[in-house]
Amino acid sequence: MDALFSLIHGFGVLADPMNIVYMFVGIFLGVLIGVLPGLGGANGVAILLPLTFSMSPTSAIIMLSSIYWGALFGGAITSILFNIPGEPWSVATTFDGYPLAQQGRAGEALAAAFTGSFLGAFFSTLLLTFLAPLVAKFALQFGPPEFFAVYLLTFCAFVGMGKEPAYKVIAAMMLGFALAAVGLDTVTGQLRMTFGSTELLRGFDFLVAVIGLFGVGEILLTMEEGLAFKGRSARIDLRVVLKVWKDMPKYAWTALRGAIVGAWMGITPGGATPASFMSYGLAKRFSKNGHKFGTGEVEGVIAPETAAHSAGTAALLPMLTLGIPGSPTAAVLLGGLLIWGLQPGPLLFVEQKDFVWGLIASIYLGNIAGLIVVLSTVPLFAAILRIPFSIIAPIILVICAVGAYTVHNALLDIAVMLVFGVLGYLFKKLQYPLAPLVLALVLGDMAESSFRQAMLVSQGSLSVFWSNPLVGSIVTLALLMLVWPLLSAAMASLKRGTPRVASGE
Amino acid sequence: MNRSRIAAAAAALLVTGLAGATSAVAWEPTKAVEFIVPAGTGGGADQMARVLQGIIQKHELMKQPLVVINKAGGAGAEGFLDMKGSAGNPHKIVITLSNLFTTPLATGVPFKWDEMTPVAMLALDEFVLWVNAKSPYKTAKEYVDAVKDGGAAKFQMGGTGSKQEDQIITAAIEQQTGAKFTYVPYKGGGDVAAQLVGGHVTSSVNNPIEAVSQWRGGELRPLCVFDNQRIPLKEPVADGKSWNDIPTCKESGLDIEYLMLRGIFMPAKATADQVSFYVELFKKVRATPDWQDFMAKGAFNTTFLAGEEYRAWVAKEADRHRALMEKAGFLAK
Repeated sequence: MDALFSLIHGFGVLADPMNIVYMFVGIFLGVLIGVLPGLGGANGVAILLPLTFSMSPTSAIIMLSSIYWGALFGGAITSILFNIPGEPWSVATTFDGYPLAQQGRAGEALAAAFTGSFLGAFFSTLLLTFLAPLVAKFALQFGPPEFFAVYLLTFCAFVGMGKEPAYKVIAAMMLGFALAAVGLDTVTGQLRMTFGSTELLRGFDFLVAVIGLFGVGEILLTMEEGLAFKGRSARIDLRVVLKVWKDMPKYAWTALRGAIVGAWMGITPGGATPASFMSYGLAKRFSKNGHKFGTGEVEGVIAPETAAHSAGTAALLPMLTLGIPGSPTAAVLLGGLLIWGLQPGPLLFVEQKDFVWGLIASIYLGNIAGLIVVLSTVPLFAAILRIPFSIIAPIILVICAVGAYTVHNALLDIAVMLVFGVLGYLFKKLQYPLAPLVLALVLGDMAESSFRQAMLVSQGSLSVFWSNPLVGSIVTLALLMLVWPLLSAAMASLKRGTPRVASGE
Repeated sequence: MNRSRIAAAAAALLVTGLAGATSAVAWEPTKAVEFIVPAGTGGGADQMARVLQGIIQKHELMKQPLVVINKAGGAGAEGFLDMKGSAGNPHKIVITLSNLFTTPLATGVPFKWDEMTPVAMLALDEFVLWVNAKSPYKTAKEYVDAVKDGGAAKFQMGGTGSKQEDQIITAAIEQQTGAKFTYVPYKGGGDVAAQLVGGHVTSSVNNPIEAVSQWRGGELRPLCVFDNQRIPLKEPVADGKSWNDIPTCKESGLDIEYLMLRGIFMPAKATADQVSFYVELFKKVRATPDWQDFMAKGAFNTTFLAGEEYRAWVAKEADRHRALMEKAGFLAK
């Protein structure tokens, strides 16, 4: 039990009271960053990075990683209360979190989200503690075909299960792909669909689109429906939290699935955002209550939150052992490591024991501290809902605009956000689903480049997707999930022996 | 190429620079200075910008704050176009990588390096030819010969981005030896190194800092460095070998030299006083132990240039890039 001794040693490093102070400061800042849309974890950490140059590397990484945990927790807050995802990985949290808030169950949704987050992080931290070297080897198995397979699985787990007609899902998704293609194409180095405009060079940032589609779109809808929040009667106290905890065993499978999906996506590294979508999709398919997802199911909050936080934590593993960041925030932390004079890589665990185990110990403590901080602030956040809409709506709009601007320091992004807001409103009115559009926008780029990288390596042969057991099984699983609704419909009709085969869709 | 002479001149300049570092400056920033990074967070240019920011802050080398802003859109075109549009603004500087030359040539974005004011060259980033340590190739020649026999279906060169420095070096190797690679573009240098360790590509031309940890971990093997002289760092890095033990590619019969500029520019219409403020600032940065540490970790070529010499160097490199890219067929139509 080498790892256990090292971990205890790590807690010893933490015992320095200053480190504990840094941890709490980091978590508070992180929650704040998470709540403000646009100011993502990566930006937040990058802004605060120079502050840490005068600290010891161990204190510095404890503070910065605590910011990251805080942001992971905080992202859920605005998703649930206002339908505005504070972070990309909390988009899927809005699907059930916001309906819950509208039913006056915001407290329950928040408590579930935070608890789910905590469980996900805990799972990944255990993995990090005991299986780090093994898991790092697994990450190396992932070449372009494997990456594409994972993205395909995310799409397939998510698509073909909504209540909306398939053509609407496909239309929304294709729009997402088209928007994702704007900007520089990494494979050929050519600009696409920029029409000579400087502003379009950056492409459409996923965050700006999401702030518009969800946040602004929602405000437009609420205005039409008579300027009232539906969730006004949110009642929050310790009893709500305890009730959610008592119900947790019911969601054990969903949480475990989310944690595993998250850990896997964090390590490979696919990142927290696809992990949250995939986990939500899987939960929707396999849960008994799957058909009620989207109407306000606690389970639909737990699934994406567990996965997102698990992925966020697991993303540190490839960063530490391989020097590949599993998320944008991890990329900034990686830069920090180099500045503090630490070289990430296979030897870090051997040469910098204090640092690595101090960090791992701080993940345990940081997440417990984070859970306490966010749970104790739930009443505060839920109280916001009692403010009349006519006062809060302009404030939300301003926060959205600031958020959209912060992503790239670009004024045009505010206009883009507003256009997306109108688009979001129209989508809702015409009953087109937003999720496939968002999913395609965030993953389209990555899926496309890994597909084309795979084609380059294989000289254009599709057989590369079945060239080894790993990629073959993921792709097969993905395709199976895609056609599952058709298969099960066909099987059901065969069983019943009716001559009429499932029609069309 | 008389880089050794330039290096000597630079060293001399550095010495006089240090001696004269205390001289009074006629111009000083009156508000926060924006430090544009024409690349994403976490990459080499971003890291260097944040190190600079940290050093300047830690040693209080500037009264006004320095704010790092990433403008990565269109392979950095967004950042450069922002500089182009900021003529006469002395509170804005940019750190460059090779995309200063490659992006306008490959994408046709209307921008040229001389639409900015050159300030100083901070360092040059080396490029090293790496293979997986499990592969049988011990020298660049062995590897290139194997590629000539095996062809593009068997050998892949992983690199960062498309029609940028990594692919330019790959094209140069192909032109000189007749070997053919399949070039596979990835998002960042860290990805490339990991893909090489995982055996998904057969070689890379990663910068030292991107691959050093895998070298030390016994996963990668350096074959040669694309410079006209060996890296002078003699401290053992991995397996008892130092950076200095890596032969130059020329020694191994691959006569290719490529270094990437890590330099600072201001917008056009900067006055001499303004330029000299930044030159002095970066001279002070170079004198700090933090910077020297950073240079050694990344095995950078620490040539420093400013003023006319720097301008001339950039002009020559711009021509060389145009020629290299034209030959490889990378120019935008």
